[in-house]
Amino acid sequence: MKYSKLPDKSGHFGRFGGRFVPETLMPVLEELTEQYLAIKHETEFKKEFGCYLEHYVGRPTPLYFAERLTKKFGGAKIYLKREDLCHTGAHKINNTIGQLLLARKMGKQRIIAETGAGQHGVATATAAALFGLECIVYMGEEDVRRQALNVFRMELLGAKVIPVKSGSRTLKDAVNETLRDWMAHPTDTFYCLGSCVGPHPYPMMVRDFQTVIGKEAKVQHFGYEKKLPDYLLACVGGGSNSIGLFYPFLDDPSVKMVGVEAYGAASITNGLYGVLHGALSDILQTKTGQIKTTHSISAGLDYSGVGPEHSYLAEAGRVEYTAVNDDQALEGFKLLSQTEGIIPALESSHAIAYLSKLVPKLDRSQSIIVCLSGRGDKDAQEIRETLP
Amino acid sequence: MSRISEAFQKHKTLITYITAGDPSLVATEKLIFDLEKAGVDIIELGIPFSDPLADGPVIQASHQRALKKDVALADVFKLVSKARKKTQVPICFMLSYNLVLRYGLEKFYRELERVGVDGVIIPDLPPEESRVASCESRVADVFLVAPTSTDQRIKLIAEKSSGFIYLISATGLTGQRQSFAANLKSIVARVRRYSSLPIAVGFGISSAEQAAKIAKIADGVIVGSVIVDLLAKKKTKQALKLVAAMRQVLDVNR
Repeated sequence: MKYSKLPDKSGHFGRFGGRFVPETLMPVLEELTEQYLAIKHETEFKKEFGCYLEHYVGRPTPLYFAERLTKKFGGAKIYLKREDLCHTGAHKINNTIGQLLLARKMGKQRIIAETGAGQHGVATATAAALFGLECIVYMGEEDVRRQALNVFRMELLGAKVIPVKSGSRTLKDAVNETLRDWMAHPTDTFYCLGSCVGPHPYPMMVRDFQTVIGKEAKVQHFGYEKKLPDYLLACVGGGSNSIGLFYPFLDDPSVKMVGVEAYGAASITNGLYGVLHGALSDILQTKTGQIKTTHSISAGLDYSGVGPEHSYLAEAGRVEYTAVNDDQALEGFKLLSQTEGIIPALESSHAIAYLSKLVPKLDRSQSIIVCLSGRGDKDAQEIRETLP
Repeated sequence: MSRISEAFQKHKTLITYITAGDPSLVATEKLIFDLEKAGVDIIELGIPFSDPLADGPVIQASHQRALKKDVALADVFKLVSKARKKTQVPICFMLSYNLVLRYGLEKFYRELERVGVDGVIIPDLPPEESRVASCESRVADVFLVAPTSTDQRIKLIAEKSSGFIYLISATGLTGQRQSFAANLKSIVARVRRYSSLPIAVGFGISSAEQAAKIAKIADGVIVGSVIVDLLAKKKTKQALKLVAAMRQVLDVNR
């Protein structure tokens, strides 16, 4: 079976995925799926989406050969997929442009979104401003505090940021509140979900919009090396930048892939099978099924669940998942800043950190693509307080 | 005939929701008896969950209080088992699907039957994802119909449902509200086209006047947040009084 054929019609990736939401949202999700599948292959939509990606987001983003970093480890050649150079500073904008084009086609004027680090919130607020739509962003109170700059950016872009005071006051709770808002306004509102999580069609739709990362990288890498890469490496919170990079390579068996989770929020590494936010996947929870709160220095990875496709790929053995802790991520953050002059987002720093474990084991003739999912300006303030 | 069917045959049915373990399991057990005495026909026992998606602030807070006391599904089975020695009032569980999955689907239904739970409501488990054939179990599978449900969905829900059908009064979350979906009457009519099961309406019914209005178009009324709120404020007597008042107006409207 081809990995790329999933999900099935009902949104399942093997025993993961599906649609587990209160009835109020079921017809809304059915409509969304229908509309998405209808426009997905339309030439006009593809052209419009591609046009915005090129002229507004700034795609294709470079695949950059990190020469000094490669020399430092003395192993495989390291290429960085520079999603940090996207407009707004992270890969999130690929997805929000796609979804809000769809929202506009569906005639929805009110856009709601959740955000953790604030990158998806900023990307949604940006696309909403671009298309003239109302935008409301739910953000955990704890994240509002540690990502103050992004809150300001969202407000500047005309969005309303609502701090979420329930639960752990982070991403999980922001998703809860956004889904609750949607239940209260199911007909006039479009939920622009930021990762490949949630009920069907989101894991599929977000992945599709993010596969531009992997498609470009494949062509660009071939230009350098005239072959497929040996490894792909990306951080995994919900998992949208990683699935975007991995997906176009899933059916190339020679390409190995590693997803790097945050140690304090490692759903695949430490989670149990269950339902959170509308889909079956690996969830950090107690034995009796209460969702655990997570702790990561990176707000964007601080999430108790993970995209169902990742759970599936882990179980199928197609992708390897591992975790690095806060200190290691900070090392990665410093390393890339000082060897390549690129300040990575704390999320992406998790993938960078894992290079020190992976690359020395590899041969010089091999190559690896790392998804540099975002830039680190937003984290500078928080890290200044943390670093010794 | 099942205890749920009997309740609906008798008169307009009053269903009340309380969260198991808030403020304590002992208090919940006593409340079951007190609510029955005050005129409740069916008790809906909520099992506390960290992230109850369909619930408003009142019931969310109630779940949090119960979780602080580490109330788990297994405790609530014990509670019902004990209560069953003294009462035959129909009891339904309302809980998030994740709790069922963790407990184990088959074991869950076995326990429901063993302790004498009459029905189960899993708001985030739509009929198409439900793997439980209700014919294998005497426990009623109660599914929800929403104001947004299409005819096609109502048909599917009707096919999978047993016991009664839970109609959500308006889009949104559990909790008190001033008005209900404008098309509530026509939704009831649409549900009746596909199902002969009784229809109970819930989400936001908080006064005897509202209960009376709903009872004119449906077979039962579900009351939750207003009771949970009064209990949280330690106004148990007032909660029981409200229940008795609702019972009275429902009997007038029979």
